[in-house]
Amino acid sequence: MIYRETGQFKTSYAADQQIFPIRQDRIGIGILLALAFVVVPLTAGNYWFNAILIPFLIFSLAALGLNILTGYAGQLSLGSAAFMAVGAYAAYNFQVRIEGMPVLLSFILAGLTAAGVGILFGLPSLRIKGFYLAVATLAAQFFIVWCLTKFPYLSNNSASGVISVPNVEILGFTFDTPQSRYLLVLTIVALLALAAKNMVRSTTGRAWMAVRDMDVAAEVIGIRLMRTKLLAFAVSSFYCGVAGALYAFCYLGSVEPDGFSLDLSFKILFMIIVGGVGSILGSFLGAAFILLVPIFLDIVLPWLSALLHLPFDGATVSHIQLMVFGALIMFFLIVEPHGLARLWQIGKEKLRLWPFPH
Amino acid sequence: MQFFLEVLIGGLLSGVMYSLVALGFVLIFKASGVLNFAQGAMVFFAALSLVGCMEKGAPFWLAFILAFGIMTLLGIATEKFVLRKMVNQPPIALFMATIGLSFFIEGLAPMLWGNEVRPLDIGLVDEPIPWILDNWNMVISKFDLFASGLALALVALLAVFFQYTRVGRALRAVADDHQAALSIGIPLQHIWALVWAVAGFVALVAGMLWGARNGVQFALTFTALKALPVLILGGFTSVPGAIVGGLIIGAAEKLAEIYIPPVLAGWFGGNFGGIEGWFPYVMALLFLLVRPEGLFGEKHIDRV
Repeated sequence: MIYRETGQFKTSYAADQQIFPIRQDRIGIGILLALAFVVVPLTAGNYWFNAILIPFLIFSLAALGLNILTGYAGQLSLGSAAFMAVGAYAAYNFQVRIEGMPVLLSFILAGLTAAGVGILFGLPSLRIKGFYLAVATLAAQFFIVWCLTKFPYLSNNSASGVISVPNVEILGFTFDTPQSRYLLVLTIVALLALAAKNMVRSTTGRAWMAVRDMDVAAEVIGIRLMRTKLLAFAVSSFYCGVAGALYAFCYLGSVEPDGFSLDLSFKILFMIIVGGVGSILGSFLGAAFILLVPIFLDIVLPWLSALLHLPFDGATVSHIQLMVFGALIMFFLIVEPHGLARLWQIGKEKLRLWPFPH
Repeated sequence: MQFFLEVLIGGLLSGVMYSLVALGFVLIFKASGVLNFAQGAMVFFAALSLVGCMEKGAPFWLAFILAFGIMTLLGIATEKFVLRKMVNQPPIALFMATIGLSFFIEGLAPMLWGNEVRPLDIGLVDEPIPWILDNWNMVISKFDLFASGLALALVALLAVFFQYTRVGRALRAVADDHQAALSIGIPLQHIWALVWAVAGFVALVAGMLWGARNGVQFALTFTALKALPVLILGGFTSVPGAIVGGLIIGAAEKLAEIYIPPVLAGWFGGNFGGIEGWFPYVMALLFLLVRPEGLFGEKHIDRV
């Protein structure tokens, strides 16, 4: 009975409506944040920061963006990588072209730019839905990447569209160690995740969910479809845009348009399917899972092939990776359509009754 | 004018190839309500199997039959392990499952048959027909003409199959509502396995033609991406729509590729090739804004 709720009485509306109404959750989140902000920076090595923690946080943010659009508002998008690209290039341009532009402000402006582009490509959602919309978002994917390659202005006249971002500097402090970059990304992601958590339980979030469940009915009960859908596109693209800016500034340092390919979009889609469609926690779990699978395979496959005396090369690894990804997606859609987040929920239910079976 | 016509006709003929892939999508969508993103991967897999069997020494016809057998097995396996377990889930979940399936096949196919680019000889060469070249001074490829003929024959066959046979009727019932079809005694598993086998056949024909022209390689999986705007334009449920959509998209993208970049270069300077990659999508998107159900699609009425 770890999750014992008896005795936790709410005596005010404020207490009843807080983000984590159960005391155990509050303590758990507190411990988690303490770990992430204090223990991890002190103990993790550079490899962990660069190869796992920073990309994990950035992809979580992108997955969060897609989850808002797909999981909460029910509009499937296959173009999230393109909106990340918009964010990355916009942040770069704001940095390079405006003298003395604060980095954080350029991140926010990059998010807003991505939101604007998102609204533009979200316009078709007013007339079409489902598959049609999914295909329409592919237009964004291909068109945006093409634009970034072909208009030299956008990449500050670099020949191949590759941009190398300057170091991140805030108030005279340069974020040049992996550790400091991790803390910066963590702070931004934590704040945005908190904002998302709040948004989805507000009027806006409920309107999104109503549209997702049945848009005609939602319209009948007085939800303004146009505003709701476009807001979902805007917020989702904002998150993806900020993720893209972080991807360029805090993770890779130099990016090219082709890096934001359809494959990356699919990867983000996979994250929310595996993690849980329509769940904030799921975005994080999914990102971790999808990011760790290739690393896990890289370790396990050579070992396994040595054990079975099978021939082994790099191409095979990439094929097996594709197969494993594909199989995982189908597995999750069949067995647990609500993803890892649902497993956590089930676990919580069990802990509520533990040690009794029912 | 001469040049324009040549580009136009070349575009129309390559549009036929898009139609062939789009046909596979329409087939499965019509019969099961699933938009099968894995169709491109299936084209790749089918072509690889065909070439693989031929490399092992089988004559063309035997390799064709073997490859068809492999595609049928794939269809049955898909039905058994994926679709059957997802009955009555929302269509969009099924769509995402086919994205997973396409990744799976893209990994599986080169594992079985190897990864390198391979030529496929089906006894037809991509050369202009001399008679047309002499009389009208226009380049029209024998190969393209053959492909068009094959596509038309396939469409006619499928249209008859859907409209006039018992099985065709059952297929349409399944597409309308899985559960309702099940409850009036339509054997859903057989229908699904059958339709995936037919889609595998269409993929095989498409893979054979694409492979014979460009070589059998991983890029074949991108044919799916070419077929999607065709589908949007033609409507997801219409076999003729796939053909007309393919022709329009094929012609439009080739004309755009030739005539738009110089204009853009005149405005902004620089090289603007590669419009082909997104033009069909943007075109389909604009078209959707005017007519959301596509050219030949069914009008859908929402009820609460």
